[in-house]
Amino acid sequence: MSKIPITLVIAGAVSAAFAATSSLPVQAQAKEKCYGISLAGKNDCAAGPGTTCAGTSTEDFQGNAWTLVDIGTCAEIELPGDRLGSIEPLERDLPAT
Amino acid sequence: MNASMHSFDHLPNAPGVGFKPQHFVDIVERPGAVEWLEVHAENYMGHGGRPIAQLKHLAEKIAISVHGVGLSIGGEGPLDTDHLARLKYLLNWLKPARFSEHLAWSTHDGAFLNDLLPLPYTDTVLTRVADHIDEVQTTLGRQILLENPSSYLAFDASTLSEVEFLTVLVKRTGCGLLLDVNNVFVSATNLGFDPTEYIDALPLQTVEEIHLAGHDKDQDENGKPVLIDSHGCQASEPVWALFEHVIDKCGPKPSLIEWDTEIPDWPILEAEAARIASILKASVA
Amino acid sequence: MTACDFLHAVFDPTVKPPTGLTDGMGHPAGRRFDIYRNNVINGLSDALETAFPILRKLLGQKKFRSLAMAFSRLYPPTTPIMMFYGSELPEFLTQFEPTRDIGYLPDMARLEIAFRESHHSTDARSVDADELRTYLTQALDDARIGLSPAVRMVQSSWPIHAIWRYNTIDNAPKPVMAAEDVFVARPELDVTPHLLPAGGYRFIESLLSGNGLGAATVDAMRFDNSFDLTKILTVLISTRSVTSIGT
Repeated sequence: MSKIPITLVIAGAVSAAFAATSSLPVQAQAKEKCYGISLAGKNDCAAGPGTTCAGTSTEDFQGNAWTLVDIGTCAEIELPGDRLGSIEPLERDLPAT
Repeated sequence: MNASMHSFDHLPNAPGVGFKPQHFVDIVERPGAVEWLEVHAENYMGHGGRPIAQLKHLAEKIAISVHGVGLSIGGEGPLDTDHLARLKYLLNWLKPARFSEHLAWSTHDGAFLNDLLPLPYTDTVLTRVADHIDEVQTTLGRQILLENPSSYLAFDASTLSEVEFLTVLVKRTGCGLLLDVNNVFVSATNLGFDPTEYIDALPLQTVEEIHLAGHDKDQDENGKPVLIDSHGCQASEPVWALFEHVIDKCGPKPSLIEWDTEIPDWPILEAEAARIASILKASVA
Repeated sequence: MTACDFLHAVFDPTVKPPTGLTDGMGHPAGRRFDIYRNNVINGLSDALETAFPILRKLLGQKKFRSLAMAFSRLYPPTTPIMMFYGSELPEFLTQFEPTRDIGYLPDMARLEIAFRESHHSTDARSVDADELRTYLTQALDDARIGLSPAVRMVQSSWPIHAIWRYNTIDNAPKPVMAAEDVFVARPELDVTPHLLPAGGYRFIESLLSGNGLGAATVDAMRFDNSFDLTKILTVLISTRSVTSIGT
């Protein structure tokens, strides 16, 4: 752990952080703010998912929507080019007590 | 003109469209024939963020109708007072021109089914629904409009027709009607009644708003046609004909295109709205 | 018929539909009841598909639908506010046989829930940058900063930020194995996730629990000695997440 006094660490970090963010874009006007589409899940358009008064189409009218499709093994659900599904999670650092 | 000088306290006898966020820019920049919007109440019950920012912005430019899809007015149990309080909060800040709900149920025993489920039409159910409407109108301090449902089946237990049921409800509670012409056509086809007779028997003077929407076609195991109220395509020609019949009888009304699934680009909705506008205009001339 | 019978038959296809249902023309309703079954389950599954787009992409449409149908029958919504539906999904993913062994799915679900919560959270004005700078420079370790109600964090033993990027941004690099914590912010109205630097999660947790800048910094340094205060302050400032100063 650092031996530098905490106030100096903070003073340095504050000035460095503001230097790093000095070129932030100006805040958008109220109207323009409404236009954007969030990147997060690209699902901004459906802010209230499922809330509709429409019935569904007839594709499952046979009532066979009930058989559970086999989801398969995790090996099938790899991220493209990577077999993340099959490796163990990393051990996390535990906090010092 | 300053937006605050506008007053959008009633729906114009003109075309409206169900608002979808992906059309926000189109609506703000070129609304075309569309003179009012309808939003689903439950989509604006978050705490903030873009949905509410968009709605506030739109409400300064155009009349808004709020359409509830989750109050479960036909529910067997008591109304969800938390939900009613959320509705009241929304209507208080938004001050929409209209609020409407459905003759249906969707909540039972703490589970919300996210669909509009059917009711048997009996005196007992009538009393319960009327009590619920009274409670809603008293709590919200305004008249509500009640929408006729799409039905896929009927109840042996029913002792009243849907028209009789709605007529008594309107008389007893003072609520108005939201006439969904597509729902009439869907139910008429599915249950084998005449849609024109249904409309002619309704108290049309209490209709304050009209819905038009598309449906899907299927059939049951006996080979009989079954229509599904899917809101995923243009309204069918028989539904347009029924709409013209309604407008012929009761004059121009605020009339809405509902399109909730497979949502099209704005110009398609604008064209549907223009078709409504020409029908409304023809009825005046 | 009672609503109870109707509801049970809607959610469980092995339960017979209520009696006394007809086609309006003198025949039993038969499979017409399935329309309501389909409407309900498809409607809830649609809601989940909209709510968890990354999960849907990871599993594929068909598998996600199976998951959604199984989940929605066990956990139907408890309120008509569908925007928050699916909060039990992370837990469900750890119990549902076909997904049980896919370690990162529950954390991806948590991240997508965090996005939605942030998206719908209360609006709050961020502290002006000059004002914040002056305050922090003067108060230093005693500084108390409040964060926007739109702020969320998700801690993971998996590279969830990289997985998010890979499935959202064109030409993003392939994820490599790492434990990643994510900070979700909503500058103005756009929800954006940020990879938290080492110790960042602990630092923000400490701030949120009411600690001042000094105590939070010490907390984070104890937790991870590579903690870099500049990096985390840069995240907070650039996302305009500071909405109050002082106490």
